[in-house]
Amino acid sequence: MSETLLQTLLNTPYVSKFGVSFDYRGDELTGLLPYKENLVGNPLIPALHGGAVGAFLEITASASLIVSQPLDRLPKVIDVAIDYLRPARAVDVYARAQVARSGRRVANVRVEAWQGRRGAPVATLHGHFMITPASKGTR
Amino acid sequence: MSEDKIREVLESVAPLLVDGSPHAVALGLKIDQLEPDGIIMRAPYSPELVGDPETGILHGGVVTALLDHACGLAAFAGLGAQDTPATLDLRIDYMRPAEPGLDVVAEASAIRAHGLVVFVRATAHDGDRDDPVAIAQAAFMVTKASQAATERAKKAFGQGETK
Repeated sequence: MSETLLQTLLNTPYVSKFGVSFDYRGDELTGLLPYKENLVGNPLIPALHGGAVGAFLEITASASLIVSQPLDRLPKVIDVAIDYLRPARAVDVYARAQVARSGRRVANVRVEAWQGRRGAPVATLHGHFMITPASKGTR
Repeated sequence: MSEDKIREVLESVAPLLVDGSPHAVALGLKIDQLEPDGIIMRAPYSPELVGDPETGILHGGVVTALLDHACGLAAFAGLGAQDTPATLDLRIDYMRPAEPGLDVVAEASAIRAHGLVVFVRATAHDGDRDDPVAIAQAAFMVTKASQAATERAKKAFGQGETK
């Protein structure tokens, strides 16, 4: 993996604005989206914004690709399909990704987000990302 | 309900549709058009929302949230502005990065609303709608939780009499 690239991802204005952080052991990574009032989509439920949860799933997918192999650049999203399974309550959200396949140009990733209980996911994402694996010389 | 009546309800709740959503406010989302058959929303360019500092390109998450919000409003309009449905799924194809410095505009409309389910299609672009940044398709459904939320909203903002 590339520490620098993961740091670049964390330092991007959008990612740091919403306070996303990662906890990782080797190539296994968990994303954390800490609850903040500015993530709420509907204050009357109250539920987090579907877009905020979707974006967090995308960020966790990128981070998982970075820790799973040496890359030269941040992954670029090609497409995503997000399923909303339960209203995301006004508490922290966690997410874990599984890289289903990672080729020389494209990676296929599945991500699951949950809150209180891992077994009760609030949303899942399935997406494709363009990647640039580090050339041998730069590893 | 007639189109005019739906338009009237949409106009009366318009201020809540963005300002009532803290995340939409945090992203600076704005409504350009609110019609029964289509919604136009804008995410103004902001250095705070950049996803790649080298290029200054907006983070994909901004486009995701903009499309999610615009599709949700289109679904609400598609249901005659009576129920706020929950998102079942949202599929997005990111065709190209948005030009740094330009606002991203999403145009969403309900293709079909039947019973409790609404299908929505949306395009996001940065000026030319024939050169999209992203296209999205989403399905929404009125659920028990979303109905309860709508009732609370109507009570809180006195929209009960619009029915």
